[in-house]
Order: sequence, then structure tokens, then C-alpha cells
Amino acid sequence: MSSQRSTSSNKITDDKLNALILRLQTLLPQLDQSRHGRVSAAKVLNEICSYIRRLQNEVDGLSGRLSQCLDSMDLTGFDAEIVRDLLQQ
Amino acid sequence: MDSQHLNPSTLKSRFTARFLRALIKINAQKPISSSSPREIFQRYRRIKVAADKSMAYSVRSRRTWSRATLWKLQSRSRRRLASSGRRSSIKTRTTTTTTTTTTSTNHRAAIVEKTSHEKENKEDHVGLAVQAEELRELVPGGESMDLCNLLDETAHYIKCLTTQVQVMKKIANLYSLE
Repeated sequence: MSSQRSTSSNKITDDKLNALILRLQTLLPQLDQSRHGRVSAAKVLNEICSYIRRLQNEVDGLSGRLSQCLDSMDLTGFDAEIVRDLLQQ
Repeated sequence: MDSQHLNPSTLKSRFTARFLRALIKINAQKPISSSSPREIFQRYRRIKVAADKSMAYSVRSRRTWSRATLWKLQSRSRRRLASSGRRSSIKTRTTTTTTTTTTSTNHRAAIVEKTSHEKENKEDHVGLAVQAEELRELVPGGESMDLCNLLDETAHYIKCLTTQVQVMKKIANLYSLE
């Protein structure tokens, strides 16, 4: 079961790949490990792609929203108060 | 932890500060007749670029994906400065897409060759290589990363995207209420 036979210079071990895939799985709220346990790597990547696309579309939509209300934005009144409020969890 | 305490060195703070500055600049640029659909569309494009740029700068080119984003944005603005018409920039955009496709085709061939060496656990490995192709197109700079780097960069990219969405949502909500 040796990947040492491989002539490629990148020694990508299964363990390393599994660790990376597992980390990606924890980022996906819908594949929460406590409910799904181990999920196949292909499925994780599939979900990751959908998730990224969804996030990118959200950025798109929010940019649209901001372009609409930029008119009424009183950005001159920006100060530390507002920024603090923004960053509160 | 004191929630009022502004930690200026978190990714979120850096992004928020940059993005707000960019919004102020965009707001200042708008002409008197600022509600034509064309104006709004231009503004939407500028805001989107500002959001992506702010995040990429906030990552401080520590990541391949952020460097790729900045490079893309910078070369696009350089082309816009050099050419005068919109037609020229559309032409150059098409050229860029072709280059990317060639790179990913070559890389795809390299990956298939690499994975065909290891014949154990193959179902998983080949499945990964195929899925990874889709991922390469979504993550900036993904076409030139090896699989491990790609997965690593993806995790960071997602973290930054979620922060970006979170902050943009808060700003939009803040100003929808006024």
C-alpha cells in the first residue's frame, strides 16, 4: 500500500488529504459531523463548491443592495460608534 | 471579552475599515442624476470590486488566492487605463478566459497522470481530482495549485468569504433602516 512507488514529486499522502477534507467538512454547516459522521471526500468537495457559489452570489446580491441604498447613505456621519456597532458579534 | 473593544488587527476589522473607505469614495463619485439604471449598475460593479479588493488586501497577500485576486484586479484596471473603449476591454476579458482554460486543461492532464500511478484507494482519489476541477474554477488562482494547496486555500477563502458576507450584510441592513 505504498505511495512510494509514485514518481510524482508531490508526496500527497492519503492521511494529509483526509485531514484537509475533514477540515473542509467542518466549515460546512449542513454536513455537521455530529449528525453525518464521515462523509465521502467527493461529497464534501461537491458541497464546498455549492457553498462557495452561494457565498459569491450573496456578495453579488449585497453589492446590488448597497448600490441601491448608497443614495440615502449618510456616509459622512461615519464614526467609531458605527464601526464598533458593525463589528459587534 | 469586552464586545466594545475594537481589535484593529482582526481580518474582520481590516476588511470593514477598507470597505467603508471604498464605499465613501464611491458615494462621492456619483453624479447629480444618480438613479438611472445604468448609474446603479456601474455603482453595483464598483461596490463588488471594492468588496473583493478590500478582502484581498486585508489578507495582505499571504495567500495564493488573495494574490491572484489582486493581480486580476490590477491587470484589469491597467488594461482599462491603456484602452479607451469598452469594446477593447471586452476583447481583453475574452483573451484572459482563453488563457485560463488552456492552463487548466494542461493541469487536468497532469493530475490524471499523477493519480493513475497510485492504484489503491483509487475511487476516492480519482473522484477527488474530478471534483477538484470544479473547485479550481471557483477559488482565485486555483488552476495553478496542487491538490493539497487547493484544499488549504479553499478553507481560508471560505472563511474570508463568510466574513465578507457578514460585514456587507450588516452595512446593508444598517442603511436600509434609515
